[in-house]
Amino acid sequence: MKVSLFITCLGDSFYPRAGIAAVRVLERLGYKVDFPAEQTCCGQPMYNNGFRDEARPLARRMIEVFGPSEAVVTNSGSCAAMIRDYYPGLFEGEPAAQERARQLAAKTFEFAEFLVKVARVDLRAVAARRAERVTYHYSCHLRGIGVTDEAEQVLRQIGGLEYVPLAMPEQCCGFGGTFATKYPDISGAMVRDKVGQIRATGASTCVSSDPGCTMNISGACHRAAASVQFRSLAEIVAESMGLMDDVPAAGGPS
Amino acid sequence: MSQPQAVPAGAARAAASIEHPLDVALPYDIRPRAAKAVRDIQLQQFVANATTVKDRGRRDAFRAAFGARADQVRELAGRIKQHTLDHLDWYLDRFISAAQAAGVTVHLARDAAEANRICLRLAKDYGSKLCVKSKSMVTEEIGLVPELQAAGVETIETDLGEFIIQLDHDAPSHIVTPMIHKDRAAVGRAFQRELGVPYTEDPLTLAGIARDYLRQKYREADLGISGANFLVAKTGSIVLCTNEGNGRFCTSAPPVQIAVAGIEKLIPRMEHLGVMLKVLARSATAQPLTCYTHIITGPARERERGGPQAVHLVLLDNGRSEILREETRELLRCIRCGACLNACPVYRKIGGHSYGSVYSGPIGAVITPLLKGVANYPDLPHASSLCGACYQACPVKIDLPSQLIGLRQRMVRTRVTGWRERLAFRAWAWSLRQTWSYRWMAKVQRWALRRMARHDGLSGGDSTPMTSSGWIQKGPGPIAGWTSQRDFPAPAATSFREWWEGRGPSS
Repeated sequence: MKVSLFITCLGDSFYPRAGIAAVRVLERLGYKVDFPAEQTCCGQPMYNNGFRDEARPLARRMIEVFGPSEAVVTNSGSCAAMIRDYYPGLFEGEPAAQERARQLAAKTFEFAEFLVKVARVDLRAVAARRAERVTYHYSCHLRGIGVTDEAEQVLRQIGGLEYVPLAMPEQCCGFGGTFATKYPDISGAMVRDKVGQIRATGASTCVSSDPGCTMNISGACHRAAASVQFRSLAEIVAESMGLMDDVPAAGGPS
Repeated sequence: MSQPQAVPAGAARAAASIEHPLDVALPYDIRPRAAKAVRDIQLQQFVANATTVKDRGRRDAFRAAFGARADQVRELAGRIKQHTLDHLDWYLDRFISAAQAAGVTVHLARDAAEANRICLRLAKDYGSKLCVKSKSMVTEEIGLVPELQAAGVETIETDLGEFIIQLDHDAPSHIVTPMIHKDRAAVGRAFQRELGVPYTEDPLTLAGIARDYLRQKYREADLGISGANFLVAKTGSIVLCTNEGNGRFCTSAPPVQIAVAGIEKLIPRMEHLGVMLKVLARSATAQPLTCYTHIITGPARERERGGPQAVHLVLLDNGRSEILREETRELLRCIRCGACLNACPVYRKIGGHSYGSVYSGPIGAVITPLLKGVANYPDLPHASSLCGACYQACPVKIDLPSQLIGLRQRMVRTRVTGWRERLAFRAWAWSLRQTWSYRWMAKVQRWALRRMARHDGLSGGDSTPMTSSGWIQKGPGPIAGWTSQRDFPAPAATSFREWWEGRGPSS
């Protein structure tokens, strides 16, 4: 099976290592991976801010770019949710385009979801190992696409890894795109709660399924001098499989 | 316990010199109140604790009663309401005929002013001097109590929370738990100041004082006012759900009853009430049922010894038929259970008064702009991270995040969103329509942000080109808001696509 990677705009510029990790894990699992170079942004920022007419051509473009793909996998829960929850609705009154939007929605997966539901991965079989205490931030947009504990299932398959769940895992970190810059007081208060909850786990690494959440929570942890590293699920899986030794992460050895 | 004496309202108002939470300047700016609220440690504790407990309680109650079928129950409740709204004209006719046949006088009110006029005229016609009132959000919406007071009808809120709010000249900050923001000391002070009783913080003593005070009022009252949780079309019944029994006193002790209800409260038949009661109590207070469920079908019958001689119902539109248009109709399914407030991480931080209107939380953020104009409440649709916790909590499955986005679209369409923002988003969207402009913008952005960033011991600096390294502590323009609260990560030196291109054909 051929898998096309959708590397979101934040992922492209801020967290390329997460994309690299996704490539390596998927290839190790036997998938042929490609990166359609014409891809840009799914249009989520426009859509969420009420710029529906501006989001539509970007959606059209994404549908075009990923048209030939068998499956589309992304490291961002919110971008996956944009495609799955909102693309079909953008083309009301255009039955042909709407059908193509539905097709893209049906073959788009968040990384953890793909591992569990499509690849049916069992990391124990490949002796994935990482001796560390890890917690996990559940990104809110996963709710909309019916992703629940897939990432946790994967984490529990890594040998030596001690998984400590967050208190109030379902509570938003306060990112919300432009919300974080438009309403900083509210957003800041929300993310400080999250920092406290991460600290309380005593974990040295926090796994996050969305680059937006990662920017927000890691920025707040850094401001609060909480020494916790952030990884995408793809990175921690790739590291546990020994696939990332040549690509060091920020914050010391992986 | 001695009967406390009320002090004149004027003196009390002077004593409580706080600004009234609902007196806000329009267009309403949420930021000052929100900023104050997040720094108010007491508010943070009360609201966060109460809402977290209620939210958990709701989920447990649903799971205990419905197990894996909880979602189907929500679906069913939503469909009952949606069906009624889809045929609202028909059900309204049917309800009105049935209510009239049961002896209820039905009044139709286009807006708040008309509803208040009707109530005032009725109070005058009946010569009412003292009114006992049970909890009702719709009467808060139309501002009925101050109007009655001004017309010389002493009106007492009898729900304990609302009673305290009224004593303290405050406003409810939660649809179900109006005094969620108040502590015992504030209640003790209000009782001492307004009722002339010795200061106490003991909840039982305070409740006892309120009880004695209210019992006397029920005996003397010549008018009872209530809202309605549901209106049953087939039987013409008014349904009230309460926990303190005050609703029963208000609707049975005085000779005249007025109920005020929005037109969206209708459900078709009694069999649907069963479903709605089950989800309402569990969603609101994690109870299987509220302690009291009153089904009022007309005034006292001939041989009945108690009950009102006259029952009036004021059916209120006040912007609802505008919300009934297709894209916002689902909002009228709302049964005012407050579950979305309890689930909302933003509500937990800013409390109800920050919304600057009677309805707060996610549902308030959507219906307030619809009822009062988006231009008057431009922040409410935007002051949300769109996390979707409200949608998941809603017992009638209102897609609140989509409704918030819908309002944001309306703001763009009607140019309530300023031209700078419209220009910025259009330019940004345009740059994403071509690969070359996307790449160029991303490169410039990475370069600029990396120049601003500082590197420290917590990050690996330039030795790790494939990941974010370094932090911006005080950012310009669009990220200034961000860095006022947290650091902004610098982008990686090399983008993913650059890495991919340098990788060569995959093996």
